[in-house]
Amino acid sequence: MNKEELIAQLKVIIKPYTTNTEAYDNLTEETDFINDLNINSANLVDIILDIEEAFDVVIDNTDMERMLDVKTSVEIIETKLAAK
Amino acid sequence: MKKRVVITGLGVAAPNGVGIPAFTKALKNGESGIRHDAQLEQLQFSCQIAGQPQISDELKSQYFTELELRGFNSTGILYGVIAGIEAWKDAGLTIENNENPDWDSGTIFGSGTSGIDKFRESIYKIDELQVRRLGSTVVAQTMNSGVSAYLGGKLGLGNQVSTNSSACATGTEAIMMAFDRIQSGQAKRILAGSTGDSGPYIWAGFDALRVCSSKYNDNPELGSRPMSGSAAGFVPGSGAGALVIEELETALERGATIYAEILGGNVNSGGQRGNGSMTAPNSTAVQRCITGALNNAGIAATQIDAINGHLTATTKDSLEIENWTKALGLSGADFPHINSLKSMTGHCLSAAGSIESVATVLQLHEGFIFGNTNCEDLHPEITALIDPLKVPLKTINSNPDIIAKASFGFGDVNASIIFKKFQK
Repeated sequence: MNKEELIAQLKVIIKPYTTNTEAYDNLTEETDFINDLNINSANLVDIILDIEEAFDVVIDNTDMERMLDVKTSVEIIETKLAAK
Repeated sequence: MKKRVVITGLGVAAPNGVGIPAFTKALKNGESGIRHDAQLEQLQFSCQIAGQPQISDELKSQYFTELELRGFNSTGILYGVIAGIEAWKDAGLTIENNENPDWDSGTIFGSGTSGIDKFRESIYKIDELQVRRLGSTVVAQTMNSGVSAYLGGKLGLGNQVSTNSSACATGTEAIMMAFDRIQSGQAKRILAGSTGDSGPYIWAGFDALRVCSSKYNDNPELGSRPMSGSAAGFVPGSGAGALVIEELETALERGATIYAEILGGNVNSGGQRGNGSMTAPNSTAVQRCITGALNNAGIAATQIDAINGHLTATTKDSLEIENWTKALGLSGADFPHINSLKSMTGHCLSAAGSIESVATVLQLHEGFIFGNTNCEDLHPEITALIDPLKVPLKTINSNPDIIAKASFGFGDVNASIIFKKFQK
């Protein structure tokens, strides 16, 4: 899976949690989940669970704490996929 | 000076009607909300009938966002939010999205437990070593105050936001707490009410106590028989009732519909002394609760036109009638009309007091006394105390001015309220 495909899939996962449609439609690697997409911080937990299910990976708490934007999330998912 | 307190909005999710129009129609026509429950049968309950509000997915989506409904598994919060928001809108109040909450408005919305199905689901995950996969909403759905927290957020309430809990007196107590807070000038309006979860995991304990109706599994609508000589236990129920309780002054300023006035009430306990216990009421305390409510309301017993009783359809119904006759000093043909909603809804437990108070207020507002079903064979101990005509079997179109409501609960706790048709 290339990066574009990965971002596209991540975007689908994030959709139900975001309340800022404009920022969502213009999502880039730099987009921040909380500051740009207005995602409730408690929902980051749900996003991680959805990512684990979609990509069949396990994300530990240390990685999860860093997954606050698209770029870092993609990096972490790529690393997990490569280690499979 | 104490503020006058009125009711300006009503909402309900009852087994025999979701929404005030459907519920009012059911009340007047004696429509039952008791149905056969396949899950209870499968789990070999002795009582396999129950009262559960019928909620479609479409209705759900009017009150909850798609995100809120992900992993949502709390019927109590579902019913409470539907009833609460209906009452709020019915009162002519809007849902604002301002920077600050509405500091003058709060909610006291009671519950016995919260999200028991979500709790069960979580316990299975925890025991399978899946704590980290519980998701983010287990606390919000299973904390007892979940229902008031959901309502407080949806409505932007900035006054007291709390959940009270006093078993089957919960709903009636919530209204009294709201009344006290408004009467003393600490809030202008409180969304008061209560909710109760559905399902085997909430009802099992009662089935185990052998206090539920088990002889009508094939005839659900005949199963709940308050005051009947053939009553043999209550039918478990669930749902929510909600009332916007408001200071008279602001209600008049807003030009709101005033459904009724709360003249006063009383809350007490029998302390599990005398003939009271964890599960049985102390008669002296019940009578004191009622006389205390009359005193607090400043009315005489003879002014009461009707009573909406607790009357669950257990062996305690005759004792409750006896307590009313003693507390009011009225019996035979002098006794007011009395009815029990539970013949149509079952015993909605923590939600009972609020759903029944909604029914009581509707009777005052629309001028009727709803008929009791399933008690054509009135219990002989009751006919020995009061004139059978005081237990109407069909709805009567009288124009009641004052109705007394009482609820009693495990822990030997009591609550009673005096509602009156509003007059300036």
